[in-house]
Amino acid sequence: MSSAMTPEAQPITAPHTSAHLEDRARTEQMGYWLYLMSDAILFVALFATYAVLHANSAGGPEASDIFEFSRTALNSALLLTSTLVLGFSGIGFAKGNKGAGFGWLAAAFALGALFVGLEVQEFAALVAQGASPQTSGFLSAYFALVATHGLHVTVGLIWMLTYVALLLYEGPTRRVLANGNRLAAFWHMIGIVWIGIYSVVYLPGILQ
Amino acid sequence: MSASHTSPTANPQSPTYTGYLTGYVLAAVLSVIPFGAVMLGGLSTHAVMVIIGLTALIQAAVQLKYFLHIDFKHSPKENLFALAFAVVLVVLMIGGSLWIVSDLNARMMPAMGANMEMPQEL
Repeated sequence: MSSAMTPEAQPITAPHTSAHLEDRARTEQMGYWLYLMSDAILFVALFATYAVLHANSAGGPEASDIFEFSRTALNSALLLTSTLVLGFSGIGFAKGNKGAGFGWLAAAFALGALFVGLEVQEFAALVAQGASPQTSGFLSAYFALVATHGLHVTVGLIWMLTYVALLLYEGPTRRVLANGNRLAAFWHMIGIVWIGIYSVVYLPGILQ
Repeated sequence: MSASHTSPTANPQSPTYTGYLTGYVLAAVLSVIPFGAVMLGGLSTHAVMVIIGLTALIQAAVQLKYFLHIDFKHSPKENLFALAFAVVLVVLMIGGSLWIVSDLNARMMPAMGANMEMPQEL
């Protein structure tokens, strides 16, 4: 028993703890990756719902009536650029360049906030013209899918603020930078889901 | 897990500005192609749908590689298994739902005729 206890107690103070820390980091990374994959599966269910219901407009507005090409293109550009500069921010902090890290992080936040703002405006305009979720199966599925994505972007923005708070409070320690890496992975995953949204929802809808 | 001490960090590749920029340019090009195909018109709806689908799949792979640093050599095997499992679920859930519902529609759509003929078949 005592021989089993010592290795567990040791790593806290012993100098040769890097292997233990790496193992832990690997496990955490794996666990976080599993969360990302399960989140992607949530979106798959919503995509399947939309694919099944997209033609059921029940006499209400159809996809080609309400989707705008330029808005979709602008949203795509905003999100893709945001994911790029958040990657830059991570490299900046990893290289010890705090100015670049905070600067790119602020840019990523601004672009993401603009995306959410445009989406809220779009939803408000749709509801104002009578295209609300309860109008038809098509619109229920549309709002469920796109708003869940928008909610993820919003959560990502809040996470960026808490990440900044962590950086200011604790500095760019290994623990905090690992948090930043998970934030970036989350943001990239949201970007990949957006590819699905414009490819399944907006472009085919405009094409009709 | 015992082999983990040989790698310096959990993620052996350290990301670079050039890596992200390469991914960004590729993703931008792969976005412009489907948007352009929709905007310019001229192609059949079927052809444009194929372009949208193919560029979306390639772009998802590009973003996984350059932004999420998924790599068949360096990424932990468990993560790749989880990714493969997610892809299988994507195919099953989206493909399966579409299959079932289109089959259901095909049986229901000619409602007038089908309903009339049903009793005769039985």
